[in-house]
Amino acid sequence: MLLFSCPNCGPRNETEFHYGGQAHVAYPEQPGELSDREWAEYLFYRKNTKGLFAERWVHSAGCRKWFNMVRDTVSYEIQAIYGMGEQPPEGLTAPPAAQAKSQPLAPAEASNTNASEGV
Amino acid sequence: MSTEHLPEHPEFLWRNPDPKKSYDAVIVGGGGHGLATAYFLAKNHGMTNIAILEKGWLAGGNMARNTTIIRSNYLWDESAAIYEHSLKLWEILPEELEYDFLFSQRGVMNLAHTLGDVRESMRRVGANQLNGIDAEWLDPKQVKELCPILNISDNIRYPVMGATYQPRAGIAKHDHVAWAFARKCDELGVDIIQNCEVTGFIKDGDKVTGVQTSRGTINTEKVGLCAAGHSSVLAEMAGFRLPIQSHPLQALVSELHEPVHPTVVMSNHVHVYVSQAHKGELVMGAGVDSYNGYGQRGSFHVIEEQMAAAVELFPIFARAHVLRTWGGIVDTTMDASPIVGTTPVENMFVNCGWGTGGFKGTPAAGLTFAHTIATGTPHELNKPFSLERFETGALIDEHGAAAVAH
Ligand SMILES: Cc1cc2nc3c(=O)[nH]c(=O)nc-3n(C[C@H](O)[C@H](O)[C@H](O)COP(=O)(O)OP(=O)(O)OC[C@H]3O[C@@H](n4cnc5c(N)ncnc54)[C@H](O)[C@@H]3O)c2cc1C
Ligand SMILES: [Zn+2]
Repeated sequence: MLLFSCPNCGPRNETEFHYGGQAHVAYPEQPGELSDREWAEYLFYRKNTKGLFAERWVHSAGCRKWFNMVRDTVSYEIQAIYGMGEQPPEGLTAPPAAQAKSQPLAPAEASNTNASEGV
Repeated sequence: MSTEHLPEHPEFLWRNPDPKKSYDAVIVGGGGHGLATAYFLAKNHGMTNIAILEKGWLAGGNMARNTTIIRSNYLWDESAAIYEHSLKLWEILPEELEYDFLFSQRGVMNLAHTLGDVRESMRRVGANQLNGIDAEWLDPKQVKELCPILNISDNIRYPVMGATYQPRAGIAKHDHVAWAFARKCDELGVDIIQNCEVTGFIKDGDKVTGVQTSRGTINTEKVGLCAAGHSSVLAEMAGFRLPIQSHPLQALVSELHEPVHPTVVMSNHVHVYVSQAHKGELVMGAGVDSYNGYGQRGSFHVIEEQMAAAVELFPIFARAHVLRTWGGIVDTTMDASPIVGTTPVENMFVNCGWGTGGFKGTPAAGLTFAHTIATGTPHELNKPFSLERFETGALIDEHGAAAVAH
């Protein structure tokens, strides 16, 4: 079982938390203008990084607040925990800033250029 | 010491060739799906100048880590069609591959513990029967008759309110299935190349023309991806994305026991699935870890929860000991259905997304994927399982609908 440091409550067992998947996926700014492909990207396509991955968790059996985490998906080592709306510490993961302001989730080519996330 | 009494070395089931410079097709991944695909490419489409590239050892991935449950009682027509075809292939494969891999049609029971479960289950039995699949509804007394060690008392947290039952479902010995396919592939001329990791793809514009591997560059006309939990990693190398999330899924076995468990019991609600292997171990599967992971191990608390549920359902298990636990990396999709078809890269094809339940699909995945690779177009059975369905919205939502997903 992993031990997470909730920003509000301190270290707690993994079983108190729920997983929220990839972090920094913004709701499309112009939903009416999305193509089917772009909707598919927004609804169904998420990164599945092998290596450092920015993801969301909620402390559902504690303060019930969401936060972000950078975790290694191979060793499960936690590299950083930071607040909603904040960016991951420099160098830990590909800056998702381009997505955060977003425009829908980056299409295939664009996301592949975000290459500094571990493969 | 005399060597006279030493037995002959057993015959090897396949050669261990070095990779050639080029092939007509290369299959990435030497699990069940890669092996079955190569077998049907050779047998049905006459493509024998092909290779299977496996980064580790043959069937060292999910193929020999699963709990071997085979059934076809899925809710939707598209799923029923492909899984039932798969089950029919299982019924003839031991003879066709000339290898008795102990396919045992001892039946599979999917328990219902709530009124919601009961309604869903009865609906699925009806849908299955309309699709010609042997499905029945059992009341708790009938459940007990079929599996006497199940606790059907009212006085447990999730009482058994009935079950669906598929008599033709069952289990098989997974590693022997892999070896059976491997031997036939080898006989047909397929090169099975182990310790050969694919590290990149060579492309000419939008078209794939070769693979880079830890054992050198290999040119190829076509590439078929059968990499289960690592499918997105390979797709990313090739320059496209897959709607897949990889999760650890684990299972465990007990020490050997006398035969006590005559069938296979699955419970979606308490998330436990149990059978007894031919040798006597109780084989139990657990749920996935909630987070994305490639660690090939599962969390202990997941097993703990599962054992609590198992012991309540099967009080006799309370004295059994856990002998071994392990995990595999499963490739899940949002609709809990596989992806078998073409990709945005020309001459590259993908078979993935079978997630927690693709062992049973091994023969049908191989058959349909081989057809897709050989002809460039999907087989009738895998047409609905295209990558495009995530754009058109024609999802095949087997979440929950399929009973437990294994
Ligand atoms: C614990 C557990 C229980 C399960 N229970 C059931 C069940 O009861 N019934 C059921 O139907 N299904 C079950 N499944 C699911 C089933 O095991 C999988 O869906 C199925 O095995 C996937 O196909 P495969 O056999 O080809 O995968 P794998 O055997 O995982 O094959 C993929 C192969 O690709 C290789 N590979 C990856 N990357 C590369 C690379 N870059 N280069 C070369 N090779 C590479 C891997 O090493 C691996 O050998 C279970 C899975 C697990 C983990
Ligand atoms: Zn908290």
